[in-house]
Amino acid sequence: MSVISVDIRDRKPIYEQLIDNIKSLVLHGVLKPGDQLPGVRTLASELAINPNTIQKSYTELERCGIIYTLKGRGSFVADNIGELSKIQLEHSLAELNTALLAAHDAGASKSTVLTMIDSIWRDEN
Amino acid sequence: MIEIKNVTMSYGKIRSLENVSAVLKDGSIFGLIGSNGSGKSTMLRILCGIIKPDCGDVAYDSLPVWENPLVKQNIVYLSDEQYFMPHCTINDMRTLYKSVYSGFSDEIFKKLQGIFTLDCDRKINTFSKGMKKQASVMLGISARPKYLLCDETFDGLDPVVRQLVKRILAEEAADGMTTVIASHNLREMEDICDTVGLLHKGELLFVRELDDMKSGLHKVQAIFEGEFDAAQLTPMSILGYSRRGSLVSFIARGTIDEINAFMIEKSPTFYETVPLTLEEIFISEMEDKGYDFSKLNY
Repeated sequence: MSVISVDIRDRKPIYEQLIDNIKSLVLHGVLKPGDQLPGVRTLASELAINPNTIQKSYTELERCGIIYTLKGRGSFVADNIGELSKIQLEHSLAELNTALLAAHDAGASKSTVLTMIDSIWRDEN
Repeated sequence: MIEIKNVTMSYGKIRSLENVSAVLKDGSIFGLIGSNGSGKSTMLRILCGIIKPDCGDVAYDSLPVWENPLVKQNIVYLSDEQYFMPHCTINDMRTLYKSVYSGFSDEIFKKLQGIFTLDCDRKINTFSKGMKKQASVMLGISARPKYLLCDETFDGLDPVVRQLVKRILAEEAADGMTTVIASHNLREMEDICDTVGLLHKGELLFVRELDDMKSGLHKVQAIFEGEFDAAQLTPMSILGYSRRGSLVSFIARGTIDEINAFMIEKSPTFYETVPLTLEEIFISEMEDKGYDFSKLNY
Protein backbone atom coordinates (compact mmCIF):
# COMPACT_ATOMS: atom_id res chain seq x y z
CA MET A 1 0.00 0.00 0.00
CA SER A 2 1.35 3.36 -0.94
CA VAL A 3 1.33 6.43 1.27
CA ILE A 4 0.00 8.57 -1.56
CA SER A 5 -3.70 9.29 -1.27
CA VAL A 6 -6.45 11.46 -2.73
CA ASP A 7 -9.85 12.53 -1.52
CA ILE A 8 -12.31 12.46 -4.39
CA ARG A 9 -14.81 14.55 -2.46
CA ASP A 10 -12.25 17.33 -2.18
CA ARG A 11 -13.03 20.23 -4.50
CA LYS A 12 -9.39 20.51 -5.46
CA PRO A 13 -8.59 18.76 -8.76
CA ILE A 14 -7.15 15.29 -8.21
CA TYR A 15 -3.91 16.06 -10.02
CA GLU A 16 -3.30 19.04 -7.71
CA GLN A 17 -4.00 16.89 -4.68
CA LEU A 18 -1.45 14.37 -5.92
CA ILE A 19 1.16 17.06 -6.48
CA ASP A 20 0.64 18.55 -2.99
CA ASN A 21 0.62 15.10 -1.47
CA ILE A 22 3.92 14.05 -3.04
CA LYS A 23 5.52 17.43 -2.25
CA SER A 24 4.64 17.09 1.41
CA LEU A 25 5.88 13.49 1.52
CA VAL A 26 9.22 14.69 0.15
CA LEU A 27 9.36 17.64 2.56
CA HIS A 28 8.67 15.42 5.53
CA GLY A 29 11.30 12.97 4.43
CA VAL A 30 8.90 10.08 3.89
CA LEU A 31 10.11 10.03 0.30
CA LYS A 32 13.86 10.59 0.12
CA PRO A 33 16.01 11.68 -2.82
CA GLY A 34 16.51 8.70 -5.11
CA ASP A 35 13.39 6.91 -3.88
CA GLN A 36 11.27 5.46 -6.63
CA LEU A 37 7.68 6.64 -6.97
CA PRO A 38 4.97 4.06 -7.69
CA GLY A 39 4.39 3.52 -11.42
CA VAL A 40 1.48 5.27 -13.10
CA ARG A 41 -0.32 2.01 -13.76
CA THR A 42 0.15 0.70 -10.22
CA LEU A 43 -0.96 3.93 -8.60
CA ALA A 44 -3.96 4.27 -10.93
CA SER A 45 -5.10 0.80 -10.00
CA GLU A 46 -4.41 1.27 -6.31
CA LEU A 47 -6.29 4.57 -5.99
CA ALA A 48 -8.86 3.72 -8.68
CA ILE A 49 -8.25 6.99 -10.47
CA ASN A 50 -7.44 7.81 -14.05
CA PRO A 51 -3.85 7.04 -15.13
CA ASN A 52 -3.80 10.16 -17.32
CA THR A 53 -4.39 12.26 -14.20
CA ILE A 54 -1.44 10.64 -12.48
CA GLN A 55 0.76 11.13 -15.53
CA LYS A 56 -0.21 14.80 -15.53
CA SER A 57 0.86 15.19 -11.88
CA TYR A 58 4.17 13.41 -12.50
CA THR A 59 4.85 15.61 -15.52
CA GLU A 60 4.19 18.73 -13.46
CA LEU A 61 6.39 17.51 -10.58
CA GLU A 62 9.12 16.79 -13.07
CA ARG A 63 8.79 20.28 -14.52
CA CYS A 64 9.26 21.69 -11.00
CA GLY A 65 12.37 19.57 -10.59
CA ILE A 66 11.01 17.59 -7.64
CA ILE A 67 11.15 14.26 -9.43
CA TYR A 68 12.94 12.93 -12.49
CA THR A 69 12.03 10.14 -14.85
CA LEU A 70 14.31 7.53 -16.35
CA LYS A 71 12.87 6.01 -19.51
CA GLY A 72 11.69 2.49 -18.85
CA ARG A 73 12.75 2.57 -15.20
CA GLY A 74 10.26 4.87 -13.56
CA SER A 75 10.13 8.15 -11.65
CA PHE A 76 12.44 9.04 -8.77
CA VAL A 77 12.64 11.79 -6.17
CA ALA A 78 15.22 14.39 -7.18
CA ASP A 79 17.83 15.80 -4.85
CA ASN A 80 16.25 19.23 -4.86
CA ILE A 81 14.63 19.60 -1.47
CA GLY A 82 16.18 23.06 -1.02
CA GLU A 83 13.91 24.50 -3.70
CA LEU A 84 10.90 22.78 -2.20
CA SER A 85 11.69 24.07 1.31
CA LYS A 86 11.88 27.60 -0.04
CA ILE A 87 8.36 27.31 -1.47
CA GLN A 88 7.16 25.77 1.76
CA LEU A 89 8.72 28.58 3.80
CA GLU A 90 7.00 31.28 1.75
CA HIS A 91 3.75 29.40 2.01
CA SER A 92 3.89 28.99 5.78
CA LEU A 93 4.89 32.64 6.33
CA ALA A 94 1.84 33.71 4.32
CA GLU A 95 -0.32 31.43 6.45
CA LEU A 96 1.23 32.83 9.61
CA ASN A 97 0.41 36.33 8.44
CA THR A 98 -3.23 35.39 7.91
CA ALA A 99 -3.39 33.75 11.32
CA LEU A 100 -1.79 36.80 13.01
CA LEU A 101 -4.28 39.12 11.32
CA ALA A 102 -7.15 36.96 12.53
CA ALA A 103 -5.72 36.95 16.08
CA HIS A 104 -5.26 40.70 15.93
CA ASP A 105 -8.86 41.23 14.79
CA ALA A 106 -10.08 38.95 17.57
CA GLY A 107 -8.34 41.19 20.08
CA ALA A 108 -5.22 39.24 20.97
CA SER A 109 -2.60 41.40 22.60
CA LYS A 110 0.88 41.74 21.22
CA SER A 111 2.41 40.39 24.41
CA THR A 112 0.33 37.18 24.22
CA VAL A 113 1.51 36.59 20.70
CA LEU A 114 5.11 37.37 21.58
CA THR A 115 4.93 34.93 24.49
CA MET A 116 3.78 32.25 22.05
CA ILE A 117 6.63 33.07 19.70
CA ASP A 118 9.16 32.98 22.54
CA SER A 119 7.93 29.58 23.66
CA ILE A 120 8.56 28.16 20.19
CA TRP A 121 11.95 29.79 19.60
CA ARG A 122 13.02 29.31 23.25
CA ASP A 123 15.81 26.91 22.47
CA GLU A 124 17.34 29.00 19.75
CA ASN A 125 18.51 32.08 21.60
CA MET B 1 -9.33 7.43 -31.61
CA ILE B 2 -13.10 7.64 -31.92
CA GLU B 3 -14.50 10.32 -34.19
CA ILE B 4 -18.14 11.23 -33.95
CA LYS B 5 -19.22 13.46 -36.81
CA ASN B 6 -22.51 15.37 -36.95
CA VAL B 7 -24.58 12.52 -35.58
CA THR B 8 -28.32 13.13 -35.66
CA MET B 9 -30.87 10.52 -34.70
CA SER B 10 -34.65 10.46 -34.37
CA TYR B 11 -37.07 7.77 -33.33
CA GLY B 12 -40.15 8.73 -35.28
CA LYS B 13 -41.09 12.17 -34.07
CA ILE B 14 -38.73 12.02 -31.10
CA ARG B 15 -35.44 13.74 -31.77
CA SER B 16 -32.89 11.83 -29.74
CA LEU B 17 -29.56 13.28 -30.87
CA GLU B 18 -28.93 16.56 -32.60
CA ASN B 19 -25.74 17.13 -34.56
CA VAL B 20 -23.33 15.59 -32.04
CA SER B 21 -19.62 15.81 -32.85
CA ALA B 22 -16.66 14.84 -30.70
CA VAL B 23 -13.24 13.26 -30.83
CA LEU B 24 -12.25 10.80 -28.10
CA LYS B 25 -8.54 10.23 -27.57
CA ASP B 26 -7.02 6.78 -27.13
CA GLY B 27 -6.39 5.74 -23.54
CA SER B 28 -8.88 8.23 -22.23
CA ILE B 29 -11.80 7.53 -19.94
CA PHE B 30 -14.63 9.62 -21.24
CA GLY B 31 -17.70 10.33 -19.14
CA LEU B 32 -20.89 10.93 -21.07
CA ILE B 33 -23.12 12.74 -18.65
CA GLY B 34 -26.74 13.68 -19.06
CA SER B 35 -30.12 13.58 -17.40
CA ASN B 36 -32.69 10.87 -18.08
CA GLY B 37 -33.68 10.78 -21.73
CA SER B 38 -30.87 13.05 -22.88
CA GLY B 39 -29.68 10.56 -25.50
CA LYS B 40 -26.80 8.82 -23.71
CA SER B 41 -27.85 5.26 -24.47
CA THR B 42 -28.70 6.12 -28.06
CA MET B 43 -25.24 7.65 -28.44
CA LEU B 44 -23.62 4.50 -27.08
CA ARG B 45 -25.65 2.26 -29.38
CA ILE B 46 -24.59 4.37 -32.34
CA LEU B 47 -20.99 4.25 -31.09
CA CYS B 48 -20.97 0.48 -31.14
CA GLY B 49 -22.72 0.26 -34.48
CA ILE B 50 -25.98 -1.35 -33.34
CA ILE B 51 -28.09 1.44 -34.77
CA LYS B 52 -27.38 3.64 -37.75
CA PRO B 53 -27.82 7.35 -37.21
CA ASP B 54 -30.07 9.33 -39.56
CA CYS B 55 -27.15 11.59 -40.40
CA GLY B 56 -23.46 11.65 -39.60
CA ASP B 57 -21.15 8.78 -38.77
CA VAL B 58 -18.83 7.26 -36.20
CA ALA B 59 -15.33 6.10 -37.08
CA TYR B 60 -12.63 4.29 -35.11
CA ASP B 61 -9.16 5.22 -36.38
CA SER B 62 -10.94 6.51 -39.50
CA LEU B 63 -12.78 3.23 -40.13
CA PRO B 64 -16.59 3.42 -39.97
CA VAL B 65 -18.16 1.17 -37.35
CA TRP B 66 -21.46 0.54 -39.11
CA GLU B 67 -21.62 -2.96 -40.65
CA ASN B 68 -17.92 -3.40 -40.01
CA PRO B 69 -17.07 -6.55 -38.02
CA LEU B 70 -13.35 -5.76 -38.16
CA VAL B 71 -13.86 -2.60 -36.16
CA LYS B 72 -16.39 -4.23 -33.86
CA GLN B 73 -13.78 -6.87 -32.92
CA ASN B 74 -12.19 -4.14 -30.85
CA ILE B 75 -15.35 -2.90 -29.17
CA VAL B 76 -17.16 -4.26 -26.15
CA TYR B 77 -20.49 -2.74 -25.23
CA LEU B 78 -21.80 -3.24 -21.71
CA SER B 79 -25.43 -2.34 -22.05
CA ASP B 80 -27.60 -1.23 -19.19
CA GLU B 81 -29.76 -4.32 -19.54
CA GLN B 82 -27.39 -7.13 -20.28
CA TYR B 83 -28.52 -9.97 -22.48
CA PHE B 84 -27.40 -13.48 -21.72
CA MET B 85 -28.49 -16.57 -23.63
CA PRO B 86 -31.31 -18.36 -21.78
CA HIS B 87 -30.14 -20.91 -19.20
CA CYS B 88 -26.52 -19.98 -19.82
CA THR B 89 -23.74 -20.07 -17.25
CA ILE B 90 -20.80 -17.66 -17.32
CA ASN B 91 -18.67 -20.46 -18.74
CA ASP B 92 -21.18 -20.94 -21.59
CA MET B 93 -21.05 -17.21 -22.26
CA ARG B 94 -17.30 -17.38 -22.27
CA THR B 95 -17.45 -19.91 -25.10
CA LEU B 96 -19.75 -17.55 -27.01
CA TYR B 97 -17.46 -14.55 -26.42
CA LYS B 98 -14.44 -16.58 -27.51
CA SER B 99 -16.14 -17.41 -30.78
CA VAL B 100 -16.74 -13.72 -31.44
CA TYR B 101 -13.67 -11.98 -29.99
CA SER B 102 -10.44 -13.43 -31.32
CA GLY B 103 -8.44 -11.69 -28.61
CA PHE B 104 -10.36 -13.24 -25.69
CA SER B 105 -7.92 -14.06 -22.90
CA ASP B 106 -8.54 -17.04 -20.62
CA GLU B 107 -5.73 -15.83 -18.43
CA ILE B 108 -7.44 -12.51 -17.74
CA PHE B 109 -10.73 -14.34 -17.30
CA LYS B 110 -9.21 -16.59 -14.61
CA LYS B 111 -7.73 -13.56 -12.88
CA LEU B 112 -11.09 -11.79 -12.87
CA GLN B 113 -12.81 -14.96 -11.71
CA GLY B 114 -10.63 -14.83 -8.63
CA ILE B 115 -11.52 -11.20 -8.03
CA PHE B 116 -15.27 -11.28 -8.62
CA THR B 117 -15.95 -14.61 -6.88
CA LEU B 118 -18.92 -15.48 -9.08
CA ASP B 119 -19.85 -19.11 -9.60
CA CYS B 120 -19.13 -19.60 -13.31
CA ASP B 121 -21.17 -22.80 -13.51
CA ARG B 122 -24.35 -21.35 -12.09
CA LYS B 123 -27.09 -20.28 -14.45
CA ILE B 124 -26.91 -16.54 -15.00
CA ASN B 125 -30.69 -16.17 -14.78
CA THR B 126 -30.41 -17.10 -11.09
CA PHE B 127 -28.03 -14.13 -10.58
CA SER B 128 -29.06 -10.86 -8.98
CA LYS B 129 -28.98 -7.61 -10.96
CA GLY B 130 -25.56 -6.64 -9.59
CA MET B 131 -24.12 -10.11 -10.17
CA LYS B 132 -25.25 -9.98 -13.80
CA LYS B 133 -23.49 -6.64 -14.14
CA GLN B 134 -20.34 -8.17 -12.69
CA ALA B 135 -20.60 -11.08 -15.09
CA SER B 136 -20.81 -8.72 -18.07
CA VAL B 137 -17.81 -6.71 -16.87
CA MET B 138 -15.83 -9.92 -16.40
CA LEU B 139 -16.63 -11.19 -19.88
CA GLY B 140 -16.17 -7.77 -21.47
CA ILE B 141 -12.72 -7.12 -20.00
CA SER B 142 -11.59 -10.66 -20.84
CA ALA B 143 -12.39 -9.98 -24.49
CA ARG B 144 -9.44 -7.51 -24.42
CA PRO B 145 -11.22 -4.73 -26.31
CA LYS B 146 -9.49 -1.55 -27.44
CA TYR B 147 -12.72 0.29 -26.76
CA LEU B 148 -15.10 -0.33 -23.89
CA LEU B 149 -18.51 1.30 -23.94
CA CYS B 150 -20.34 1.20 -20.62
CA ASP B 151 -23.95 2.18 -20.09
CA GLU B 152 -24.64 2.94 -16.41
CA THR B 153 -22.24 0.17 -15.49
CA PHE B 154 -21.81 1.27 -11.88
CA ASP B 155 -25.53 1.21 -11.27
CA GLY B 156 -26.50 -1.73 -9.12
CA LEU B 157 -22.96 -2.58 -8.07
CA ASP B 158 -22.13 -2.55 -4.39
CA PRO B 159 -19.43 -0.07 -3.23
CA VAL B 160 -16.71 -2.69 -2.98
CA VAL B 161 -17.29 -4.04 -6.47
CA ARG B 162 -17.70 -0.52 -7.85
CA GLN B 163 -14.25 0.39 -6.56
CA LEU B 164 -12.92 -2.85 -7.97
CA VAL B 165 -14.35 -2.15 -11.42
CA LYS B 166 -12.87 1.35 -11.34
CA ARG B 167 -9.48 -0.06 -10.49
CA ILE B 168 -9.73 -2.47 -13.40
CA LEU B 169 -10.73 0.36 -15.74
CA ALA B 170 -7.84 2.52 -14.51
CA GLU B 171 -5.39 -0.29 -15.10
CA GLU B 172 -6.78 -1.01 -18.56
CA ALA B 173 -6.61 2.69 -19.44
CA ALA B 174 -2.93 2.69 -18.50
CA ASP B 175 -2.52 -0.12 -21.01
CA GLY B 176 -4.22 1.96 -23.68
CA MET B 177 -7.88 0.94 -23.56
CA THR B 178 -10.34 3.72 -24.31
CA THR B 179 -13.48 3.75 -22.20
CA VAL B 180 -16.72 5.62 -22.59
CA ILE B 181 -18.98 5.61 -19.54
CA ALA B 182 -22.49 6.94 -19.82
CA SER B 183 -24.06 7.93 -16.54
CA HIS B 184 -26.38 10.40 -14.92
CA ASN B 185 -24.34 10.21 -11.75
CA LEU B 186 -21.61 12.84 -11.63
CA ARG B 187 -20.11 11.59 -8.39
CA GLU B 188 -19.41 8.22 -9.94
CA MET B 189 -17.44 9.80 -12.75
CA GLU B 190 -15.36 12.33 -10.87
CA ASP B 191 -12.46 10.09 -9.94
CA ILE B 192 -12.17 7.85 -12.93
CA CYS B 193 -12.88 10.07 -15.96
CA ASP B 194 -10.34 12.45 -17.45
CA THR B 195 -12.76 14.04 -19.88
CA VAL B 196 -16.49 14.59 -19.68
CA GLY B 197 -19.13 15.58 -22.18
CA LEU B 198 -22.56 16.83 -21.23
CA LEU B 199 -25.57 15.72 -23.26
CA HIS B 200 -28.72 17.74 -22.82
CA LYS B 201 -31.85 17.09 -24.85
CA GLY B 202 -29.80 15.36 -27.52
CA GLU B 203 -27.20 18.08 -27.84
CA LEU B 204 -23.63 17.78 -26.66
CA LEU B 205 -23.28 21.04 -24.76
CA PHE B 206 -19.56 20.76 -24.08
CA VAL B 207 -16.61 18.42 -23.82
CA ARG B 208 -13.98 19.35 -21.30
CA GLU B 209 -11.11 17.92 -19.28
CA LEU B 210 -12.21 17.43 -15.69
CA ASP B 211 -9.14 19.02 -14.12
CA ASP B 212 -9.56 22.12 -16.27
CA MET B 213 -13.19 22.37 -15.27
CA LYS B 214 -12.33 22.14 -11.61
CA SER B 215 -9.57 24.73 -11.67
CA GLY B 216 -11.24 27.06 -14.14
CA LEU B 217 -14.30 28.16 -12.16
CA HIS B 218 -14.52 29.57 -8.65
CA LYS B 219 -17.18 30.93 -6.41
CA VAL B 220 -16.31 34.29 -4.87
CA GLN B 221 -17.98 35.83 -1.86
CA ALA B 222 -17.11 39.40 -1.04
CA ILE B 223 -18.23 42.32 1.06
CA PHE B 224 -17.79 45.78 -0.39
CA GLU B 225 -18.15 48.97 1.57
CA GLY B 226 -20.48 51.48 0.02
CA GLU B 227 -21.97 51.24 -3.42
CA PHE B 228 -21.19 48.28 -5.60
CA ASP B 229 -22.73 46.90 -8.74
CA ALA B 230 -22.02 44.00 -11.02
CA ALA B 231 -20.63 46.26 -13.76
CA GLN B 232 -17.51 46.75 -11.63
CA LEU B 233 -16.63 43.12 -12.13
CA THR B 234 -15.89 43.53 -15.83
CA PRO B 235 -13.77 42.42 -17.61
CA MET B 236 -13.90 39.27 -15.51
CA SER B 237 -16.10 36.54 -16.97
CA ILE B 238 -18.97 36.11 -14.52
CA LEU B 239 -21.45 33.25 -14.69
CA GLY B 240 -23.78 33.75 -11.78
CA TYR B 241 -24.20 36.90 -9.73
CA SER B 242 -26.29 37.47 -6.66
CA ARG B 243 -26.37 39.97 -3.86
CA ARG B 244 -27.74 39.84 -0.33
CA GLY B 245 -27.28 43.09 1.55
CA SER B 246 -23.61 43.91 1.35
CA LEU B 247 -22.61 40.35 0.53
CA VAL B 248 -21.91 39.87 -3.14
CA SER B 249 -21.42 36.38 -4.46
CA PHE B 250 -20.66 35.30 -7.97
CA ILE B 251 -19.03 32.57 -10.01
CA ALA B 252 -16.01 33.67 -11.98
CA ARG B 253 -14.10 32.00 -14.78
CA GLY B 254 -10.35 31.91 -14.24
CA THR B 255 -7.62 30.35 -12.16
CA ILE B 256 -7.44 31.05 -8.44
CA ASP B 257 -4.43 33.34 -8.94
CA GLU B 258 -6.17 35.42 -11.60
CA ILE B 259 -9.23 35.84 -9.42
CA ASN B 260 -7.18 36.72 -6.33
CA ALA B 261 -5.22 39.34 -8.27
CA PHE B 262 -8.44 40.83 -9.56
CA MET B 263 -10.16 40.90 -6.18
CA ILE B 264 -7.24 42.46 -4.33
CA GLU B 265 -7.35 45.31 -6.82
CA LYS B 266 -11.04 45.93 -6.01
CA SER B 267 -10.15 46.12 -2.30
CA PRO B 268 -13.24 44.59 -0.73
CA THR B 269 -13.65 44.62 3.07
CA PHE B 270 -13.61 40.87 2.95
CA TYR B 271 -13.54 38.21 0.27
CA GLU B 272 -12.99 34.52 -0.15
CA THR B 273 -12.83 32.17 -3.09
CA VAL B 274 -14.10 28.62 -2.95
CA PRO B 275 -13.71 25.99 -5.64
CA LEU B 276 -17.01 24.58 -6.91
CA THR B 277 -18.21 21.04 -6.68
CA LEU B 278 -18.61 19.26 -9.97
CA GLU B 279 -22.40 19.56 -9.71
CA GLU B 280 -22.13 23.32 -9.28
CA ILE B 281 -19.76 23.53 -12.23
CA PHE B 282 -22.17 21.67 -14.46
CA ILE B 283 -25.10 23.80 -13.43
CA SER B 284 -23.09 27.00 -14.01
CA GLU B 285 -21.85 25.82 -17.38
CA MET B 286 -25.36 24.91 -18.43
CA GLU B 287 -26.72 28.24 -17.27
CA ASP B 288 -23.94 29.85 -19.25
CA LYS B 289 -25.28 28.01 -22.31
CA GLY B 290 -28.63 29.59 -21.71
CA TYR B 291 -30.40 26.90 -19.70
CA ASP B 292 -32.43 28.31 -16.87
CA PHE B 293 -32.50 26.41 -13.63
CA SER B 294 -34.34 29.00 -11.58
CA LYS B 295 -37.59 27.30 -12.59
CA LEU B 296 -36.36 24.23 -10.75
CA ASN B 297 -36.63 25.92 -7.38
CA TYR B 298 -39.99 25.11 -5.89
